[in-house]
Amino acid sequence: MTELLKIDNLGKRFVGFVALENISLAVAAGERVGLIGPNGSGKSTLVNCICGTLRNDTGSVRFDGHLLDGSTAHQRTRHGLARTFQLTRPFVGMSVLENVEVACFAPRVRHEGHARARAHAMLERVGLADKATSLVDVLPYGDLRRLEIARALATRPKLLLLDEPFAGLGTSEIQPLADLIRELHRKEGLTILIIEHKLRELMQLAHEVIAMDFGEVVATGVPAEIVRHPRVVEAYIGKAEIGESGGALGAA
Amino acid sequence: MIFSFDLLINALVSGILIGAFYAAVTAGVSLSFGILDIVNIAHPAFIILGSYIAYIVSVSLGLDPIVTSILVAPAFYALGAGIYQVYYVSFEKRGQESLRGLAFFFGLLFITEVTLVLYFGVDYRYVEAPYIGPTWHIGDVDIPMRLFVPCLVSLALIATLQLVLTRTFVGRAIMAVAQDQFALRLMAVDPIRIKRIAFGISIATASLAGAFLIIIQPVEPSVGRQYIGRVFAICVLGGMGSLPGTLLAALLVGVFESLTSTFYGPSWAPAVSFGFLLLALAVRPAGLLGR
Amino acid sequence: MRSPLFFLICLIVGGAVFAAAVALGNDYYFFAGYVVLQYVVLSTAWNILGGYCGYVNFGSAAFFALGAYSTVALHRLYPLPIPAMLIAGGVVSGVVGFGMGYLTLRLRGAFFAIATLALAVVLETLIVNWEYVGGSRGAYIVRPETIAPFGDYIKYLFLIMMLLAVAAITAARVIERSRLGYGFATIRDDELAAEASGVPTLRLKLIATTMSGALMGMAGAPFPYYIGYLQPSSAFGLDYAVNSIAMPLIGGTTSWVGPLIGAILLGSLQQLATVTISSAVNLLIVGLLLVGFVIVAPNGIIGLVHKYLQRKPDDFVGRRHVDAEAPDRVPGPAP
Repeated sequence: MTELLKIDNLGKRFVGFVALENISLAVAAGERVGLIGPNGSGKSTLVNCICGTLRNDTGSVRFDGHLLDGSTAHQRTRHGLARTFQLTRPFVGMSVLENVEVACFAPRVRHEGHARARAHAMLERVGLADKATSLVDVLPYGDLRRLEIARALATRPKLLLLDEPFAGLGTSEIQPLADLIRELHRKEGLTILIIEHKLRELMQLAHEVIAMDFGEVVATGVPAEIVRHPRVVEAYIGKAEIGESGGALGAA
Repeated sequence: MIFSFDLLINALVSGILIGAFYAAVTAGVSLSFGILDIVNIAHPAFIILGSYIAYIVSVSLGLDPIVTSILVAPAFYALGAGIYQVYYVSFEKRGQESLRGLAFFFGLLFITEVTLVLYFGVDYRYVEAPYIGPTWHIGDVDIPMRLFVPCLVSLALIATLQLVLTRTFVGRAIMAVAQDQFALRLMAVDPIRIKRIAFGISIATASLAGAFLIIIQPVEPSVGRQYIGRVFAICVLGGMGSLPGTLLAALLVGVFESLTSTFYGPSWAPAVSFGFLLLALAVRPAGLLGR
Repeated sequence: MRSPLFFLICLIVGGAVFAAAVALGNDYYFFAGYVVLQYVVLSTAWNILGGYCGYVNFGSAAFFALGAYSTVALHRLYPLPIPAMLIAGGVVSGVVGFGMGYLTLRLRGAFFAIATLALAVVLETLIVNWEYVGGSRGAYIVRPETIAPFGDYIKYLFLIMMLLAVAAITAARVIERSRLGYGFATIRDDELAAEASGVPTLRLKLIATTMSGALMGMAGAPFPYYIGYLQPSSAFGLDYAVNSIAMPLIGGTTSWVGPLIGAILLGSLQQLATVTISSAVNLLIVGLLLVGFVIVAPNGIIGLVHKYLQRKPDDFVGRRHVDAEAPDRVPGPAP
C-alpha cells in the first residue's frame, strides 16, 4: 500500500516550549487512521504543521510523493490535502452554498455555473442540501461541522484531515456524523485522518491509531492494542479524564 | 560626505541618547501592541498631546516639562483606560479589531492632530528649561543636555516599567493576559480590567514621552506621524513586548538615524526608520498566525 | 443586471449630471464636482482592499500623490494628453502597491496597515527632496484655457474624472460578483479557512493591493492640471488620507454602493462647508464622523438602511454583517 502522507522527524517549538518532538508517522492510501492524545499533547499543532498553517522547524512532510515543506496551505490543499477545523470556521458573511462554492473554485473550474452545481452536489453528499440558501449564523453546530466537511470535499481531496470532528456534539449528532465519515471513506475512496480525544467514537472508526503525548508519538497500532498500551493509559488516566477514557479503555 | 572621527563619535553619542528617548516613546506601544495586541497607531498623537500640555504649563506656570508630565500622567492614564473601554466594547468583543478597530485609532490620531492644529496652529512650539541650552564637552565629544536629560529619565522610565511588569502582581497579570485569559479568570482576575490598566499605563507613558520630545526638539502637530513607522519598527524588532528588547532596538535605530543624518543629511531620517520597519517585518516568522 | 448594461446606465447618469452642471452655468459646479468624483474613485479604490479584503490602507494619499507626481515628471519631459497620464499614474501607483504588498502581505493586516502609514511619510520625504518635480517649492503645471470640443478645460477634467468614477464603480461591481470577489470575501471573513479551502490568499491580496493602488494613482494623475500648482503638502494632504477611509466606512464597506454614497455625501458636504468653515474644522468633523460611525454603525449607511427596512441580508456576495447586539464573538441570528 502506498504511503499517502509521510512525516519524518517533525519538530516544532514555540518560544519557551517544545510542542512537537521527533514525530514520524505514515498514513497509507485508503485507510482510516486515528490520532489520539490528551489535551496539550500537540495534536492540533501537528495538524497545523501538516496543513501548512504553521511552519515546522525540523523534519519533513511528504504528501502523495510531493515534499510539502515551504508550500503554503492553499498549495497543500491543491495537492489534495483537505482539512476541517476544530472550532468550525465558516465564512460568516456568506450562505451555506456560497461557503462551499468558494472551495469549488480551487480545482480549475471553468464557469461559475459548474462551481455552483458542484457545491450543490457537495451539500447533498453531507445532507445539507435543504439549507443551501441559509446564512451560517443560524446553523446548529452539527450542521456547521457538515458544512466544514462539504467545503473540504469540494477541493477534491485525496486525504481528509478531520480535526476533532465530534467535539461539542450531542450524543444524537455523533453517530450520524460517524456514519457520514465512514460512507465518505467507502464511496469516495478518501483516505481519512481523524484527530480526536473522544476515544469511544474514534475506536469504532479507525483501522489504525497513533497515540501522542507531550508532543511525541508514544504508540501506534490497531485500536484494540492501543487501549491496552501502558503509555496511552498513563497519558489519559494521568490527565484525570477518568470518566470517558476509562470507560472507553475498559470497554475495548 | 565629509568623514571625520569627531563627527562619527558625536553621531554615535547623540544616536545613543536619542535612542533611549525612542525607547521611552516605544514603551507604550510595547505594552499596547507587543503585549495586548492592540494596534494603537494613535500613540504618537498622544505623545504630541503630552508635548503641548507640557508646553502650555511651561509657558503659563513656568513648571519644568518633565515634572508637568509626571503630574499629568494620571489624567493620561484615565484617558487610556476610557479609550480601551470603548475599544473593547465596540471592537474587541465583536471581533472587529482588524478593520474598524484600526480605523478607530486612525480616527483618534486624526482628531487629535487636527484639534491641536485648530488650537495651536502649525507653528513649531518649544519649551524653556535650564538644561535645554548647555552642552557638556568631554574632549571632542559633545553631549547636549537637552538630549542627555531626557535620555536619563527615559532609562528611568523603562526601568520602572520593567520592574512593575516583572515584580508586581498587576504587572505579571498584564504579561499573563496576553497569553492566557482563561487562566487569569480562574484566578478571579478580570482580564478586561487588566487590559484596561495596561492600556492606561501605555497612554500615561505618552505623557512623559511628550515632555521628552518637546525638550529635544520643537514640536508641531504633524510631527507625530513621523514616529508611527519608527515606533512600530522598534516594537517589532525589540521582540514585541520585551522592554529590554525595545531598548536595544531603539538604540540601534537611534544610532543608525543619527549616522545617516550626519553623513547624508537629516531629510533621510524617515527613510531609515521605514527601512527598519521593513527589516523588522522581514524577520517576523512567516505564516498567518503571525507570532 | 449585466455589467455592460450597468456601465451604460452609469454613463448616462454621468452624462445627465454633466448636462445639468452645464445648464447651471457656473464653473464652480465643475470644480466642486471634480473633487467629489475624485473621492468616488479614491473611496472605491480603498474599498477594494479595505472593505472587500479587510486590509486597511492608511497611505491612500501616497498613492494619489504618486499619480499626481508622475504626471508632473512626465509633463516636464513631454506634455502628454491626460488619458496617457492616467495610465502612467496608474502604472506607477500599481507597481508601488504591488511592491508594498509583496513585502508586507504575508503578515497580519495590522503590519500592512502600519507599513502603509510609514510609506506615506517616506514617499513625501522623497518627493520633497526631488528637485526635478519642484521639491518642497512645488511645481507649476500650466493648464490650457480651453480644449475642443468641450470648451473650458475644467469641463474636460470633470468628464475625465466622471469616466474614471464610472469605470471604478463598474469594476468594483464586477469584482464583487466574480470569483475574485468571493475570494476577497473569504480573506476578510477567515483567512485561515480560506487558505484551507484552496484560495490563494497571497495572490489575491496582491491583486487587490495593485488594483487599489493603480486606481488611486489614476485619480491623482489629472490633479496637477486641476490645481495648477502642486505642492507636496497638498498632494499628500491629510484630507485624502482620512476621506478615503471615512467615506467607505461611513457609506458601508460591503458593496460598491457604500463608497459611492459616502463620497457623494461627505464630499459634497465638505465642498459646501469649505466656503463657510475652515478646512481644519472640516477635517475634524470628518474624523469625528469616522469614529462615530465605526463605533455606532459599523455597517455604515447601507447597514442602517437595511436595519431600518428590517430586511434579511440578501444575496450580496460576502456581505459581512456585523451583529451589534450579539454576545461576545458568537454570530447571532440574522435579523
